[in-house]
Amino acid sequence: MSELLSRNADCIIWLARYMERAENLARILGVAETFSRDQAGRNWLAVVQINADEERFFARHRVADAHTVPHFYILDADNPNSVISSVRAARENARSLRPLLSTEMWRQLNRMSRWMGGLSANAVSQANLSALCTEIKEACQLHLGITEGTFYRDQAHYFYWLGKNIERADQTTRLLDIKYHTLLPRVEDVGSPLDTSHWGALLRAAAGYQAARRVLGGTITPKSVAAFLLFSDSFPRSVILCVRQMDWLLAQLRSRYHLRGGSRAMELLDELRAALSDQTIDHVVDHGLHEFIDWVQSQLILIFSEIRETFCQSR
Amino acid sequence: MEQSQGTPQGGGLMARYRRGEFFCELTSPRAAGQEALQALFSRLDGLDEETLRRRIAAAEEELYDLGITFTVYSDKDAIDRILPFDVLPRVITAPEWSVLEAGIIQRVTAINLFLDDLYHDQRIVADKVVPADLVLGNANYHAFMKGLKVPCGAYSHVCGIDLIRDQEGLFRVLEDNARTPSGVSYVVENRNLMLQCFPDLMEGFGVRSVDNYGLMLRQALEEIAPDTGSEPKVVLLSPGIFNSAYFEHVFLAREMGVPLVEGRDLVVEDDRVFMLTTAGRSPVDCIYRRIDDAFLDPKVFRPDSMLGVPGLMEAYRKGAVSIANAPGTGVADDKAVYAYMPRIVKYYLGEDAILPNVETFICREAEGLKYTLDNLDQLVVKPVGESGGYGMILGPKATRAELDEFRAKLKADPANYISQPMIGLSVCPTLTAKGVEPRHVDLRPFAVTGAKTRVLAGGLTRVAMKEGSLVVNSSQGGGSKDTWVLE
Repeated sequence: MSELLSRNADCIIWLARYMERAENLARILGVAETFSRDQAGRNWLAVVQINADEERFFARHRVADAHTVPHFYILDADNPNSVISSVRAARENARSLRPLLSTEMWRQLNRMSRWMGGLSANAVSQANLSALCTEIKEACQLHLGITEGTFYRDQAHYFYWLGKNIERADQTTRLLDIKYHTLLPRVEDVGSPLDTSHWGALLRAAAGYQAARRVLGGTITPKSVAAFLLFSDSFPRSVILCVRQMDWLLAQLRSRYHLRGGSRAMELLDELRAALSDQTIDHVVDHGLHEFIDWVQSQLILIFSEIRETFCQSR
Repeated sequence: MEQSQGTPQGGGLMARYRRGEFFCELTSPRAAGQEALQALFSRLDGLDEETLRRRIAAAEEELYDLGITFTVYSDKDAIDRILPFDVLPRVITAPEWSVLEAGIIQRVTAINLFLDDLYHDQRIVADKVVPADLVLGNANYHAFMKGLKVPCGAYSHVCGIDLIRDQEGLFRVLEDNARTPSGVSYVVENRNLMLQCFPDLMEGFGVRSVDNYGLMLRQALEEIAPDTGSEPKVVLLSPGIFNSAYFEHVFLAREMGVPLVEGRDLVVEDDRVFMLTTAGRSPVDCIYRRIDDAFLDPKVFRPDSMLGVPGLMEAYRKGAVSIANAPGTGVADDKAVYAYMPRIVKYYLGEDAILPNVETFICREAEGLKYTLDNLDQLVVKPVGESGGYGMILGPKATRAELDEFRAKLKADPANYISQPMIGLSVCPTLTAKGVEPRHVDLRPFAVTGAKTRVLAGGLTRVAMKEGSLVVNSSQGGGSKDTWVLE
């Protein structure tokens, strides 16, 4: 059965996106928790800002603090951008895809969804948050590992990884953006020991600290970290690596499975890849890191809607 | 209570088991095949209750993790619900099975001949064996199907005939489910669970395998598919993830290795059916549909149906696609038509029904209505159009007020009801909170028909988990058991 229903292609992309999103929410909350230890909690607002959730958040809470933000992003089922909503949405998509998934994938998604549903408000308290974020991350990684080891590699596999990479690229830009939002109010802190330690924490949240230490040598500067997260050829969460993967996956779908269409998405990917490989970090920072990130995010949105229109909404 | 002679006595887990006045699937004496039952009794008796419960807890956890669930319509809060699994198996001996198998094939053959006749020459009506208005005026009779030639003469490709066993141990047909019977996934999954959690319980009994169901079904569907010169493309059409039997649709699609589609995944163009894939439109030859007739095609049936495929019936009429089960089979499993089934078997096959009916009174007939009203407190009365045990009354268990209320309903719309004597359903040892106790069971075997009829050597045994209850429906809190057909 080499054919794939358009509807299933859509579900598989979303399954991958939601699980990647859940993992990255846990990463972002983990780093925000680290920041907040020494900044009187004002960094919690940044989490809301990078997710562009101000309106929804403040309709529910008066202040963004160590209590409200983790609850909003982990346990609040009414927030579509929470971990629990993402995991549930992933499971709903998996339910539609059940005949294509391995039993082991399905089982783990069920278990994770059930575990999340059973968490109490106390699980996101300051004392438990870090441990919880680790557990969420690991559950998501377990999903990925089971998928890698058991998911049959036909078209669905390629669409899964397309979804995974698009979400990962997007989330890495958001992680990078958190520093922009956090630092904006206090320019004088730039380059201070506190600032450096924040960039280290950011790398740790992205699981890139060790690798960055190795390749960047002794100096962890805002620019070197940004360059690493955007341009590294070898870091699995760097934006350019995700974009290259998407390019390869799409080319595979077109050649191996003779899928017509998708050329517009290929063009957009080429353009994005060129922008990421041709520019130096100095150039990007001079013209505004935040603006660059915004542009990358909007390109990803365009590419995603091209892919969906071409393959997931056939008539 | 006194046990009849030949009933085994346990000293362990089964020590306090008393089957009462009912026929017991494990302990009641029978003419042949007794040795295996006694051997199983001894094996069960040797089990330690605490260990058993621990293993059951693990099994339930496994079911939960795998999302093996059954939606209950009346319970709005619980979308996913486990069909409780009882670990003590129900056994059907080889001699019993050979009678059941022959009886089921006979009945399914008659049902298909009956449907073929109703949609062509209507000889059975002309010969006044079945009243014309009962079948031709039936809501499930589709004029659309009149004169349409179906492949292999098969209408009810999947038939799940509900059987019960009376106090004498005689199997009787309770209901013919000829439309889209569900439950077969539990037959296979219960077995998988048994093999995984209790392999020692099964060892050495020569239990016949049930894991070939997907292949059986796929083969039948390929037999009825139009000849296109290449391998037929079969799909399973489901209403989607919110349907109560979605789990089963997934199961069957997986076991058959065919795509699980919804109406929105299919289009009809120039009377050909296509599914929408990432590579464009791809032709479909045979549809195993798990949506009701009314929703199949908004152009022919309910115009407001969002689940179906516009133009599907026209493609079907032209023979470009096969549909299983065929539309319009509901006229054969109507509860009032059921009463005529022994005569229908005789009419087409010239044989007596191997499996007898339960005595049935038809309330649309004056005589049947009078008898039913006079004996309401002794009878089970069912609405003919409902399934799953909804809207029925168990006379002997009802209060006076309930009986009065029901009497009024019955008088207002007699044609909607049939009645039957209360049958003392057979029991099976079942693990309850109070230890091993008898609980009432029924049996739904599955017959698959393409070029011929094949019966899966097993079946869904539903068990009324509540003490004394005769209602086994999952929608009413019933559970299920692994069903062992012995070699």
